[in-house]
Amino acid sequence: MHQIRIHGRGGQGVVTAAELIAIAAFNDGWQAQAFPSFGVERTGAPIEAFARIDKNSIRTREHVYEPNVLIIQDATLLSSIDVARGCDKKTIVIINSTLPKEKIKIKLPQKNIFVIDATKIALEEIGKNIVNTVILGAFAKATGLVTLKSLEKAIEQKFGEKNKSLVEKNINAIRKAYNL
Amino acid sequence: MNKKSQKSQTSQKSQTSCILEGSQAIAQTINNIKPTVISAYPITPQTHIVEDLAKLKADGKATYEYVRAESEFAAASIVTGASATGERVYTATSSQGLILMAEVLFNIAGMRLPVVLTCANRGLSAPITIWNDHQDAMTIRDAGWIMLFAENHQEAVEQHLLAYKVAENLGLPAMVNIDGFVLTHTYESVNIPTPAQVKKFLPAYKPVKGTYLNPENPVTFGAFATPAHYMEIRQELHNALVNSQELIKKEYNNLKKAIPEIIKPTEKATKINNGLVEYYGPKNPKTILIALGSLVGTIKDVVDSESDVGVLKIKCLRPFPEKEILDILKTAKHAAVMEKAISLGATNGPMAMDIKAGAKNKIDTHIKSYVVGLGGRDITKQMIKKIIKDAENKNDAIKFIG
Repeated sequence: MHQIRIHGRGGQGVVTAAELIAIAAFNDGWQAQAFPSFGVERTGAPIEAFARIDKNSIRTREHVYEPNVLIIQDATLLSSIDVARGCDKKTIVIINSTLPKEKIKIKLPQKNIFVIDATKIALEEIGKNIVNTVILGAFAKATGLVTLKSLEKAIEQKFGEKNKSLVEKNINAIRKAYNL
Repeated sequence: MNKKSQKSQTSQKSQTSCILEGSQAIAQTINNIKPTVISAYPITPQTHIVEDLAKLKADGKATYEYVRAESEFAAASIVTGASATGERVYTATSSQGLILMAEVLFNIAGMRLPVVLTCANRGLSAPITIWNDHQDAMTIRDAGWIMLFAENHQEAVEQHLLAYKVAENLGLPAMVNIDGFVLTHTYESVNIPTPAQVKKFLPAYKPVKGTYLNPENPVTFGAFATPAHYMEIRQELHNALVNSQELIKKEYNNLKKAIPEIIKPTEKATKINNGLVEYYGPKNPKTILIALGSLVGTIKDVVDSESDVGVLKIKCLRPFPEKEILDILKTAKHAAVMEKAISLGATNGPMAMDIKAGAKNKIDTHIKSYVVGLGGRDITKQMIKKIIKDAENKNDAIKFIG
C-alpha cells in the first residue's frame, strides 16, 4: 500500500490535492482513499490530508503516520511543524520552494527530495498562488504512482462543472510541472 | 482459518463504478431512491449530503420537494408532516442537530412514521467539537428508531435501501449512521444503484388507505393517550422494533439477490454477515473486539496480523441483536467493546452495558468496556493492539484509550 501525506495551509487546496491523487489512481485502476485530517479549515492554518493507493480494497481509517510520499505545499511549515515525522530513508519528498534542495531544512536523504517552484508555475499558468495541482504534476513524475493522463482526467472530473478555462489552466500547470 | 488466507482480501475492482466522497455517494443514492419530500437545515453541523441534494434539485436532476428549514427541529417536523400524508421523506443531520431534533424523533417513532434519516456521527458540546464520535446517536438510541451503522461507503449505500424497505414495511423510522468526516469527507470507490436497480428492491411507496392523513379518510396521528392506553401503545412499538430484526435480515438477503453490485463484498475472513452483525476473523478466537461503523475497517487490518483475534461489527444497534451477538461471543475467552461514546457517570459505555447485560449468566466470555476516539481522536492500530492485550486483564473498570 502506498501512503501519501500532504502538508499545506488552509486555502492552498491541500484536501483537494489528496482527493485528486485518489481520483487519478482510481482512474488508473487502483483502489484509492483520500481524506483530510479534519481541521477547522481556517485560511493559513497548517492542514494535513492523506491518500492511500493499493491494489486491494483499503479498510484502515487511521491517519497516515508512515508516509511513502510526503508532499509539502508550503516550505514555511518546515520551521513550525515536524513534517518529516514517520518518514524513513525511502520516503519521497516533494516540496514547493525556490531554494535548491541542499538548503531545504529537512532531515531526510537528499536523493529522495524533489524541489519544485510550484508558486511560480501557479502564478504563470493559473494566475493565482494555488499550488496544489502544480505539485501533483511533480508527484506523478517523481513517484510514477499515477499517470499524467489520469491526473488530467481527475482535474476534469473535479473541476469540470465549475468552468472549462479553470480545467485548462490547471492541466497546463500540471503538464509544465511534469515536464520540468 | 490461517493468517495467509485471511490476508487475501476481496478486490472490489470488478464491481466498482466510481470514486466519491461519502456524502456524495449518499446524496446520489437518496436521489435514486426518489423520496418526494426532503427537508434539512443547511448550517453546521451539516454535511455535503443535503448540499448535494439541494444542488441536484436546483440543477433539475431531482423530483423531490426540497424544503430548507430554519432549524433541525423544523426540518424533522417538516418531514414528520410530509410522512404523515403518506409521502416518502428524507432528512440528514449530525451532532447538535440530532439532539435538537430529539423531541421530534420520539414523536416520529411514536406515530410509526417511516422516516429515514442519515446521521453523520459527530461529538457533542461542550467543549465545542465538530469531529467524529457516536455520542449523538447514543443520546437518542431510546427514541424508537431502527439504528444502522455503516463501515464504509458501500455499506452506507446498501443500508439506505434497507432502511427504506424495512421502515415502510413496518411503520418504523430508520436512521443510517455514518461516521462524520471519516466517511462523509473521505473519497473511496463505491457503486451507486441506478433508479431502475433501486426499483427492483424498493418499489414506489404506496401506504394503505386510511393509514395516512387524507381529508377523504380522516385519521389522527399522535393523539392523547391516558394511563389506560399509553403503556400498551409503547409496548407495541417496542415489540415492533424488537421483531423487526427478522425483516432486516430477510430484506438484507433480498437486497443481496436483487442488486448484488451494491452490496459490500464479502471478505475472505468474514464468517457471518447478515443485516444485523458481521463477524470477521478466525473460527475460535481467544479475543473478540466489538465495534460500530468505520472503526471496524481499521480493526480488520489488525485482526489480519493477529492469530486468535476476531472482530464483531454491530450493524444494527436498535433493535439490539442480542442473540446474534452472544452466539458469536460465546466461543471467545475475552471481548473488548470499543466505543466512540460514553454514558457519563455510568460504569460502562452504552453499548457495553447492553452486551454485558445480555451476556450475564448466559455466556462465560469476559467483556470489557473501552472508550476510544471521542471528539475525533484518531484511533490507531497501536491503540487497537493495546486493547487486545488489555482485554486479558481482570480489572473490569471502563478504560479510555487514546
